[in-house]
Amino acid sequence: MKLHAPSRRELLLASGALFAWAHLPKIARAEGRDPRFLTIILRGALDGLATVAPVADPDWLALRGDKALTLEGKTPALKLDEFFALNPAMPQLHSMFEASEAIIVHASATPYRERSHFDGQDLLESGLPKPGASESGWLNRALAGLTPAGRVDPRGSKLFAVGPVTPLVVRGPAPVLSWSPQRVLAASEDTVRRLLALYRDCDAKLAGVLEDNSKLVPALEKPGTGQKAVAAGPGQVRAYFAEAAGTAAKFLAQPDGPRVGALALDGWDTHFNEGIAQGRLSQLLGALDNALGTIKANMGAAWRETVAAIVTEFGRTARINGTDGTDHGTATVALLAGGALKGGRVIADWPGLTPADLYQDRDLKPTTDLRAVLKGVLRDHLRADEKALAQIAFPGTETVKPMAGLVA
Amino acid sequence: MSANSGLNSAKAAAALGLHRFGFGPVGDAIAAIAADPRGALLADLERPDAGQIDASNLMSSAKAAREVSDFRAERRAEQKLAARQQQVTESGDGQAAKLPGAESGAPAQKPPLPQQIILSEAKARFDAAANAEIGLVERLVWFWSNHFCVSADKDAAAVGAYEREAIRPYVLGHFVDLLQAVESHPAMLVYLDNVLSMGADSIAGINQDKGLNENLARETLELHTLGVRSGYTQADVTNFAQVLTGWTRLRPEEPVHGGEFVFVRRFHEPGDQIVLGKRYMDTGLDQGRAVLADLARHPATAQHIAEKLARHFVADDPPPALVNKLTKSFLDSEGDLKQVARTLVTAEESWAAPRQRLKPPAEWIAGVIRLTGTEADIPIGRLMNAQVALGAPLWRPPAPNGYSDMEAAWIDGVPRRIDIATEFAGRASRAEPLELLESSLGPLASAQTRETVAHAESRGQALALLVMAPEFLRR
Repeated sequence: MKLHAPSRRELLLASGALFAWAHLPKIARAEGRDPRFLTIILRGALDGLATVAPVADPDWLALRGDKALTLEGKTPALKLDEFFALNPAMPQLHSMFEASEAIIVHASATPYRERSHFDGQDLLESGLPKPGASESGWLNRALAGLTPAGRVDPRGSKLFAVGPVTPLVVRGPAPVLSWSPQRVLAASEDTVRRLLALYRDCDAKLAGVLEDNSKLVPALEKPGTGQKAVAAGPGQVRAYFAEAAGTAAKFLAQPDGPRVGALALDGWDTHFNEGIAQGRLSQLLGALDNALGTIKANMGAAWRETVAAIVTEFGRTARINGTDGTDHGTATVALLAGGALKGGRVIADWPGLTPADLYQDRDLKPTTDLRAVLKGVLRDHLRADEKALAQIAFPGTETVKPMAGLVA
Repeated sequence: MSANSGLNSAKAAAALGLHRFGFGPVGDAIAAIAADPRGALLADLERPDAGQIDASNLMSSAKAAREVSDFRAERRAEQKLAARQQQVTESGDGQAAKLPGAESGAPAQKPPLPQQIILSEAKARFDAAANAEIGLVERLVWFWSNHFCVSADKDAAAVGAYEREAIRPYVLGHFVDLLQAVESHPAMLVYLDNVLSMGADSIAGINQDKGLNENLARETLELHTLGVRSGYTQADVTNFAQVLTGWTRLRPEEPVHGGEFVFVRRFHEPGDQIVLGKRYMDTGLDQGRAVLADLARHPATAQHIAEKLARHFVADDPPPALVNKLTKSFLDSEGDLKQVARTLVTAEESWAAPRQRLKPPAEWIAGVIRLTGTEADIPIGRLMNAQVALGAPLWRPPAPNGYSDMEAAWIDGVPRRIDIATEFAGRASRAEPLELLESSLGPLASAQTRETVAHAESRGQALALLVMAPEFLRR
């Protein structure tokens, strides 16, 4: 499939979120490299322990009981090393891992230690130590600092974001162009479920209407029934993830396209019937895995110069809650995928899972600062200046050293 | 009662008033008017520019009609030339024919002129709703525009200008002036087929063997003034239609005045007419004006308008006491619509009715973009599409009775609002959901709604849940 480079006019007409910078990895280019970097924000807090399970931890089964992923059973987890295994919904990421094209950083977290999604996402994307303090994101500021001198051809290297909303992570002083998928993703099942609960409490009539409509949802998943769905089902979510990520990859792959982009994928707040091995989270992880596969395919030859960082605001409770889900927690996983990585490794200073090991006796304890991971990629992959990273992209992080050796 | 609970109930009244009579509170509007919500609404009626919008970029309906006529003529000429050129090329002569003054190169990217016009008009209308401090007068404009609706299906270029020319200047004036302006506006004459109606015994009727079209007369009686089953007969309809013959517009292709209202004596049925038992002398144009003036002061009209106003603003089944007050206000003031609006916003019944009225789609959308501050981010075409998706396309009601005010018409579409809420609210991802909840609902928000919004998985979801909360959907 041929994709034409978006003209300036098209970009201006687009209503979504594609951001262009006139400056890009000059130093890297001087070395004969042409690096690509894509950030994917998972909103809602990804359950890191359900994504990458510490199957060899002696306390693992006791912690999660029959919800614990293991290497046995009907849906065995995919073995990563002697200690960790990947959720079975993610075979493509597993293949990348085996081909040294993926890194998992476990027990990682931003410096945020409260449990509000809004504030957590603020910190994750702003790169600042406090929520609500910024109108710009670390990725934008990192790029702005990449070439201190003036802009070059604005049609040259570009930063790029996908989605109907421009994520905070790419907002900032460096000018931004946007693109949005044609399809507008219907409200999620999660949103509908929350509304239904509210209506049942407060407005029986609205609840009745929504219930009647929700009955159509299963039918909706069968093509050709022609019924209007009230919520986006797993198939639509999968298609949306693939279109959003795949399109970003197509743009980034072009010889004169943007080199850095970001998108956000919603739906990870799994308080209720989480469905780790089968069900909601499994479907979401499958959709994410499919999106990563699409990125690799669409990057083509540029895949070997690509790093994608998949990050979330915080993790979830180590234990399963009373409704077969998990509540807001602390540490989780960060996923890195791309041909430019020195991959095939799970990087973790493993904190353990005994009650005393858990953060506040409830969450996986953070032992790796997510900012160190991101700074490592920005420095070694994009050749961002380490001082600028410590002062501008992630202000006040002189003591948070970039993690070395992530990139081949 | 403690000072705190007193303040809370004052704020609750303010929030109720702003949702029920305006487009919903934004910023600190609730606190700002809590001391005197009725006074704030009354003050909204006294603004010097009340009802007016910035029309500097917009065309008059007559100019729009002329321009669209020219546009269509040019299109036809282009097509004809292209066909001719095709023949020339086929016959081997390579010289391409060109329309005089036509530019070569890429074909025009702009949408057709009527669509451009309606987009600009819609933008001006949404801007007015989004930026209104309270929006009471703007809500009255929407009410009257729906009461006296025309449709873009008949003439897309006319609907916006019609609202500016025939509705806005009169929403706080006298009903009779509003009625005269509406029934003589070219958009209405086209919509209800009066432009070609002629008396069978008029000069043109005799020469062309043409006659009467009753549509405008019937809908004026049934929908615009007296109301259905209010006692008028078929003879009244027919006679009134005779009265209105000759009310038409100049053909849009005529330069200078094309598209403007004109009374054509040649079309007009000669002779006196009896309408509702009263004889109207044949005074030409003034014969129709006299009938309209009498319809405007008819008690059935007062009752009809009072019911519709009360239903629109207060409840599907409006309190009879409120309808009586509004009827009396209308009659006592000789149809002074500002006085009627004052009665509406000060009547005890207007405030005491439970917050059960489901906001119709367009009003809800306007509330969403006001609250989330996303007006500048959402293209006007997208806003119009959202209205289509919710079954209420702007200026395109399915019938001359306009869009329904009843909950039954809209409640089944509520699930479709979730997608629009998700999309529009998602664009305001930097807003603080709990602050917006305070701004919008204040003490009206239930504990469950607060909880639901606070625990959303993202700001976007939180805002979508907020604008889908029962307290926001209803007023």
